[in-house]
Amino acid sequence: MSSATDNDSNSGDLITLAVLAVGGQGGGVLTNWIADLATLGGYAVQMTSVAGVAQRTGATIYYLEMAPKTDRQAVFALSPTPGDLDVLIASELMEAGRAVLRGFVTPDRTTLIASTHRILAISEKSLPGDGRAEDSLVEEEIHSAAFHSVCFDMEAIASNAGSMISASLFGGLARSGCLPFATSLYEDVIRASGRGVEASLAAFQGALNYDANAVAKPAPPASVATEVKGPADLVTGWNALRARIDKLPVDSQAMAEAGLVKVVDYQDLSYGEEYLQYVEEFSRHGDALASAAAKYIANAMCYDDLIRVADLKTRSSRQARLRGEQHIPDGDIVQVTEYFHPRAQEICGTLPAGLGAWIEAHPRCFSLLDRISNKGRRIRTDGIAGFGMLWAVSALKSWRRRFLRHRYESAHLQALLDRARRAAQTDPGLAAEILQCQRLIKGYSDTHERGHSRFAKVIGALSDLSGRPDASAWLGRLRQAALADENGAALDSALAEVRSNS
Amino acid sequence: MAERSFAKEVLHLKTGKGETFRGEGILAITKALLENGVGYVAGYQGAPISHLMDVLADAQDILSDMGVHFEASASEATAAATLAASVHYPIRGAVTFKSTVGTNVASDALANLSSGGVTGGALVIVGEDYGEGSSIMQERSHAFAMKSQIWLLDPRPNLPSIVKAVGDGFELSEATNSPVMLQVRIRSCHLLGEFEAKDNVRPTMTVKDALEHPKRDIERIVLPPASFLHEQEKISKRRPAAIDYIRSNKLNEHFGPAGGKVGIICQGGMYNGVMRALKRLGLASLHGDCDIPLHVLNVTYPLVDDELLAFAKDKECILVIEEGYPAYIEQEIRAILHKAGARCAVEGKGPFPEAGELTGPVMYSGISTFMTQFAGDLLPAVARAPNRPEQDTSKLAKTVPARPPSFCIGCPERPIFAATKLVEQELGEHHIASDIGCHLFSINAPFDIGATTMGYGLGPASASAFNDKKAERRSISFLGDGGFWHNGLVSSVGNAVFNDNDGVIVVVDNYYSAATGGQDILSSRANNKSKSTQHTIKKAVEGVGVKWVRQIDHTYDVNKMRASLKEALTTKVKGPKVIVASSECMLNRQRREKPLKRAAVAEGKRLTRTRFGVDEDVCTGDHACIRLSGCPSLSLKTLDDPLRDDPVASIDQHCVGCGNCGEVADAAILCPSFYQADLIQNPTRWDRLFSKWRNRLITKLQTRREKKQLVFSGGLS
Repeated sequence: MSSATDNDSNSGDLITLAVLAVGGQGGGVLTNWIADLATLGGYAVQMTSVAGVAQRTGATIYYLEMAPKTDRQAVFALSPTPGDLDVLIASELMEAGRAVLRGFVTPDRTTLIASTHRILAISEKSLPGDGRAEDSLVEEEIHSAAFHSVCFDMEAIASNAGSMISASLFGGLARSGCLPFATSLYEDVIRASGRGVEASLAAFQGALNYDANAVAKPAPPASVATEVKGPADLVTGWNALRARIDKLPVDSQAMAEAGLVKVVDYQDLSYGEEYLQYVEEFSRHGDALASAAAKYIANAMCYDDLIRVADLKTRSSRQARLRGEQHIPDGDIVQVTEYFHPRAQEICGTLPAGLGAWIEAHPRCFSLLDRISNKGRRIRTDGIAGFGMLWAVSALKSWRRRFLRHRYESAHLQALLDRARRAAQTDPGLAAEILQCQRLIKGYSDTHERGHSRFAKVIGALSDLSGRPDASAWLGRLRQAALADENGAALDSALAEVRSNS
Repeated sequence: MAERSFAKEVLHLKTGKGETFRGEGILAITKALLENGVGYVAGYQGAPISHLMDVLADAQDILSDMGVHFEASASEATAAATLAASVHYPIRGAVTFKSTVGTNVASDALANLSSGGVTGGALVIVGEDYGEGSSIMQERSHAFAMKSQIWLLDPRPNLPSIVKAVGDGFELSEATNSPVMLQVRIRSCHLLGEFEAKDNVRPTMTVKDALEHPKRDIERIVLPPASFLHEQEKISKRRPAAIDYIRSNKLNEHFGPAGGKVGIICQGGMYNGVMRALKRLGLASLHGDCDIPLHVLNVTYPLVDDELLAFAKDKECILVIEEGYPAYIEQEIRAILHKAGARCAVEGKGPFPEAGELTGPVMYSGISTFMTQFAGDLLPAVARAPNRPEQDTSKLAKTVPARPPSFCIGCPERPIFAATKLVEQELGEHHIASDIGCHLFSINAPFDIGATTMGYGLGPASASAFNDKKAERRSISFLGDGGFWHNGLVSSVGNAVFNDNDGVIVVVDNYYSAATGGQDILSSRANNKSKSTQHTIKKAVEGVGVKWVRQIDHTYDVNKMRASLKEALTTKVKGPKVIVASSECMLNRQRREKPLKRAAVAEGKRLTRTRFGVDEDVCTGDHACIRLSGCPSLSLKTLDDPLRDDPVASIDQHCVGCGNCGEVADAAILCPSFYQADLIQNPTRWDRLFSKWRNRLITKLQTRREKKQLVFSGGLS
């Protein structure tokens, strides 16, 4: 017996809808629109949300229930129940994943409308390495969890239309057809909202008429040939170097070309020739080692010094990129301030090696220099003085190999190469892993020094590892551990494991 | 100054008899107060009733036209004490705050109020910050009602019921000379719905009338011997009067069939959840028909014995659905049935978990367990064997990252904690006491700063014990400007002065009570036409005797922030060291300034739009900047460069140009990747001229360099 349900044949008309958003994305605006849409469509609607701390950039949830309006009041629930949702709107990929985890998306009934763009969580972006979650796995899982899904990058659509994601998600909702309302009703709601109507409508239409094929990803950049321009003699020299790459193992050629470009761009052709000699030497031990050598020797040779930074910051290509990133059209005026903080170490590194070393060896001189130099400097690179200064520093490039920093970096490079050479005789895999440890050396000043100390710790483990058949696997694991956290705890425990296993 | 303006919505408060009122729960409550002739309203902001305070503030003109006094109280204790106006005078008064934290603070005044009793209706509207989205400890307000003999209303969560409860509350209060507490849960406060309005009613007596015709009655003052009489009176007179009133006015409701072998008793606030679970079990309809007898307690304290006995009569078992721990209602119902010798069994916690929110799934499984056990024959087949495939989400669970709340883009509190982290890197770790407010997000990544939080304004107080002159480190404690004026000035700062505590106190000042939605407080910078503002925190702490005070007017200056903290931790000056770190809440500031700026640009005024960026070829992908900033607009991107392994930092379009990332990079000597790009909007003729000259020269230098070397383009570099 179930008289209550018999009495009420309309109970199937209840529609439950939840919005999962990241605080600050406009989830409230979207939910209000949906409530207005339901009212306009002759439905009774109830909307609830949880305000409070969650709305400050955390995951937040809005909930709506609607049913055709009758003379009797419907009893609406105030919060979503897993397994009982008809529509789930997620404003970001991981929020869609979270909705699935919470049971809000079920294959028997839930229409999922989700934007597949990413807003990285702090845990993903704060690692020294790459801590980002795997997007493709989540995309697959959300599709298979839903009854029907409308998932694409709605943030891009909104941003192209100069609007907020709430508008494109509203378009996604209309596109899904899961609510019994005509598209024109959706547009009426947007028009009635009164603010930024045109942009909102454009974003709404963008999602409504989205064509996945029309926005297929552009061809991969690797197929674009590198163009080189310059004085004829240099171009000839470049072509000669470039030709040597064709003799390298096929799989390493793309990497070697990228490396060669970087090294020549960083310094000059003879530096590029030095690079090629190293790569050719390692390529005798197989493809894998050739690729690793091509990549990490280039990175080790192109260390980040004052000259490099000054060079990069004063290039015309940089100006163009900056305008693109900041959406500043040509012709508009932009003032650019650089945040520099050079210390005595960096100054010494950019002095002739003898002089720099002498200052470093004399603490009083060094600390005097540090007192003068070690402070934050804001340099206007759109102004003559600031630009001129950096331009002048970049012009020191031709003397770079005589400077103290180069002495340090060459020593580091040679030690790295020697270790890799020794390993390559018996274990080319280990040699590749050794070269890959260059990845640990990143950043500037303190960060750079911390990188070096991690590098030293990882490389130091070689004495325990050499000769072991699993040496290369272990070294790779140590390197991953060194990138897993800031304070080095993961690395220390991995090192302890190495020692206990030796 | 509030985060959200209700200026448009409050016009609905004038809605008259017969018209339909549409709005949020908080707005409906305000309207109900006006319909019931309230004479004064006071309260203290905090989720979920922050917006109630905002609505009242925005409705100030409407209120004063009606002769209603509104006050934004200094704390919940002040708000509760305000109800003293209803002790001798027949004025209806209402106060509001969040619970249980606010009720804790208010409990002294509430206990005194309920001891002496009231003449005019006194309504305490508590916003229950309980369950999902809550930011406080999870406790029940029920205990306050029981200990002080305050009647507790928990209406069904729909606007007509909530609005009715306001009127019932005033009348119940007056009929029993006792204050009444009206509970509204988070979701009810933010529930959008409709109800049929009535005309607003002017208070029969205003506070002006009372001031001009003072009265006193020594019987109502809490001092022996009256206090002993109050204790008896509460039990012998007021409580029976309340029970009579609840019974005769049918404040509790019955749904479903009159008889049956099982029945359900629930708190009013649980009604919709119960109905939804019954509907899913095939035992109720969407429109409220149900197959199981349902007794809904719109008044959860006191309980009406004979109503409950009548409900239990002829039933084999009843299920008590009550949210939170302890199960006061279930215990009392058991006692009532036991005393009466009733044979009906009682279930409650058992099918339901002992503690925690009664969410949809909990409600469903609790009721379904009960029904299966005691009335399985009533369940339709579909409910007995729900057939839903299990989803395997283990891989997804490992992938989806947690997203804890944090500081907004451009938040001025971020650099304070970046500086603290840098100081700790230099001087070692310290004991850090936190407080309530946005600044408590410091306990989350990437800052991971703070050990305890003991209550609003009690950050420094919670470091009181760490006061040993021989110790080589000092404690650091934080509190916000809201907490400072709520209670912190005396309980935290005054206490530290009095006990000669050498600790460091950082007052995080956002120009107003930012976390609760931007309500003004004593130190607010803005002019408020009905409030006295601009009383500085610096002067206040100096006034209670702090000798070492530093005012920082731009928290984004990480170097200065760090230097001040370091000095505070190392100075030889005795007594508390107070740093007042002031910069306006960026969320509110953006909301205020963005439209103004847009208008100014449209008018052709010269403005600068500042944003920050990262040079992708200078960034090496270590992410140290993110670990010291955590700004939502500072994220990662992958470069199309096969030579790079790790993604580089990148700043998105939501950047508000606060400069924190650049400042941190400078203070921590991280890297030269950050740049500040100031776009000149509506440039002057001079701007254009200078820019042209500069560009000409810069291009010349660039061309000169490029001519002498190889320049790569396309594909890689």
